[in-house]
Amino acid sequence: MVLWFILILPLIAAGLALSPSRHRTVPGGVTVLATALQLLLALAVAGRCASGATVTALPAWLSCDAFGALVLVLCAFAGFTAALFSIGFTRRATQPMEAGRVRRYFVRFNLFLAPVLAVPLFSNVALVWIAVALTTLLSIFLVSFDRSTAALEAAWKYAILTSMGAALALFGVLVLYWAMRQGGAEDFTWSGLAAAAGAMPPLLVKTAFLFMLVGYGTKAALVPFHSWLPDVYSQAPVPICALLSVVETTTLPYVIVRLLPLFPGKAGDGAGRWLLAFGLLSAMGAALLLVQVKDLKRLFAYSTIENAGIILAAAGLGGAAGYGSLYQLVNHALAKPFGFFAAGAALLFAGTTEIAAVQGLGRRSPLAGAALLAGALAVTGAPPFALFLSELSILQGGAVDHRFLPVALLTLCMVGAFCAVLYHVTRMVFGKATASGPVPAFPRSYALALFVAFVPVVLLGVSLPAPVEHLLRLAATALAR
Amino acid sequence: MPDPHISVTLVNELNLLAAGLFLLATFGLVATRQVLDCVALFAGQSVLLAASAALLGHEAASDHLYAVAAITIVAKALLIPWLLRRTASEAVVARREISQVLNIPTSLLIALGLSILAYFLAAPLRAAAPAGQVGVNLPIGLAALLIGAFTVTVRREALPQVLGLLSMENGAFFAGVAIAPDLPLFAELAAAFDVLVIALVMGLLTRKLQERAGSTSVADLTDLREE
Repeated sequence: MVLWFILILPLIAAGLALSPSRHRTVPGGVTVLATALQLLLALAVAGRCASGATVTALPAWLSCDAFGALVLVLCAFAGFTAALFSIGFTRRATQPMEAGRVRRYFVRFNLFLAPVLAVPLFSNVALVWIAVALTTLLSIFLVSFDRSTAALEAAWKYAILTSMGAALALFGVLVLYWAMRQGGAEDFTWSGLAAAAGAMPPLLVKTAFLFMLVGYGTKAALVPFHSWLPDVYSQAPVPICALLSVVETTTLPYVIVRLLPLFPGKAGDGAGRWLLAFGLLSAMGAALLLVQVKDLKRLFAYSTIENAGIILAAAGLGGAAGYGSLYQLVNHALAKPFGFFAAGAALLFAGTTEIAAVQGLGRRSPLAGAALLAGALAVTGAPPFALFLSELSILQGGAVDHRFLPVALLTLCMVGAFCAVLYHVTRMVFGKATASGPVPAFPRSYALALFVAFVPVVLLGVSLPAPVEHLLRLAATALAR
Repeated sequence: MPDPHISVTLVNELNLLAAGLFLLATFGLVATRQVLDCVALFAGQSVLLAASAALLGHEAASDHLYAVAAITIVAKALLIPWLLRRTASEAVVARREISQVLNIPTSLLIALGLSILAYFLAAPLRAAAPAGQVGVNLPIGLAALLIGAFTVTVRREALPQVLGLLSMENGAFFAGVAIAPDLPLFAELAAAFDVLVIALVMGLLTRKLQERAGSTSVADLTDLREE
């Protein structure tokens, strides 16, 4: 029952946000309440999954296991913090008379959350494909919220490229169904496919895997299909960047990694090598591109690509690094919204996202400066924050399995990205203040969103709570092959 | 040369005809410059997809595939062209595309190359799992998928790009009616819903482009190019 509630709640919230009201705060308030409720329900589901159970609402269609629960909680949490930030954002980005625009923003925000939360809950692979395709289609008008032609251009690129990817993935899904029927199985679910893995023709499974890897990889912005992502993130509103970033680095690795159990025995190495190759290429490409970035939001965008690469490369390594891959997935999804919110606060005080034009942010607003610095450290995996532990766990896991070359390359990417991001951000935070004029007050909703997003990044950086670790261990069995 | 994978009966002959015309319509989408003609070609392509589904349904005595054919006709041959014409303004639909990345003969040659590639890609697959009409539908569907992707990349006008995208999906489903004939009907319905959302959203986006940028030429969108 609880799974149905999670699916229906965003639609109800969208309907409520639509109701015409003279109070501009109503749509935002409804959205915050709904996302908070989603988060609580998702945590309840995760709690049940942590004991090893699979929560099932409709067999073969709607169920949630440990891996799904992990993705569900992360997306719900990002939805909640992004909703908090959106309240302050919409107040600043619109004119007092534009209540309709604010309403449309929150309606779309809720509609977007519905397919996002559906991806980990659907068990039928064809339905999962539809949910992934809808996450693109329902976020297009959020990306083009800003009324410039540049925002429209970004939205267009986003729509066309990721929909092309979706069509390729669709072919992969259909071939996978074919393979399953050849294997004599009936159940087109993740678990049904894994059970039939030995009986399916290997050539068909491999073809399906490659089409789905490229198709979903386009949406996950793997290099060389990444070109749309920095453009979109440079134009989209900050809370949407945060949400998109989490969606792309959790749901997409989820649907790709779920295919690994279809390769029993030796064949798993072949599939793992593809993941490793795409992952390393993305991580290295993004680390290189980070050096030349001129825009703060693009900086965090390339960091998202880098992390998606690390997650997939580690999943491809398998073994001990497979656990690290999911650990990284969790930590990145917690840290990245904080990074984007900090960038949003910096934008408010600096007036621009152009890196070279900003100096001395810390003098103008110590809180925004500190947040930006902390955000940069958090998303690149500096020691006090959670990503440091997961990156270490990936490197250790790879070294234990004697995969020294990938480990060396990944280390290079992580260190390179760290240096590049820190180089850009320290130039913005320190030095003499460039912007002048009255300093705006720090918006309360920004501060609240920053605080809520910051807490888990720090807590998980200190130690991994036992229930979370248990859930991670259970989820990592999904990668076993 | 008789292909051992294709048995010759009337239904099969008709399905071959539908497949040939389907590929021809896909080529048409590459070569046609009038936006309105492109919409008509897409509708025709969807009708042929439905025809193939119905023929395979007749052969396998499957109500399921008849339902797929009906869904395809309603969603893709009727609703999508209507939606695209409704959302995009007159000025867009009536436009004749002048600028093009590649001239028409070159585009057609590349499309031809892609269909041959699709045939060779599909050959080992159907050998791995020989079954009924797969020998016809798989290579043609794959060819439409690849040519659709090519159409999206060479087109400079918004609406033809969307049609290229939709023809990619048609290609995937053209293979799908043969390789996954018993895909749950609910999934088929949801997929039809998905393409309708594509048409609606992209149509609205095209309208916004027309309103704000004063043009739907995607080639003019170069603000975000990184130096």
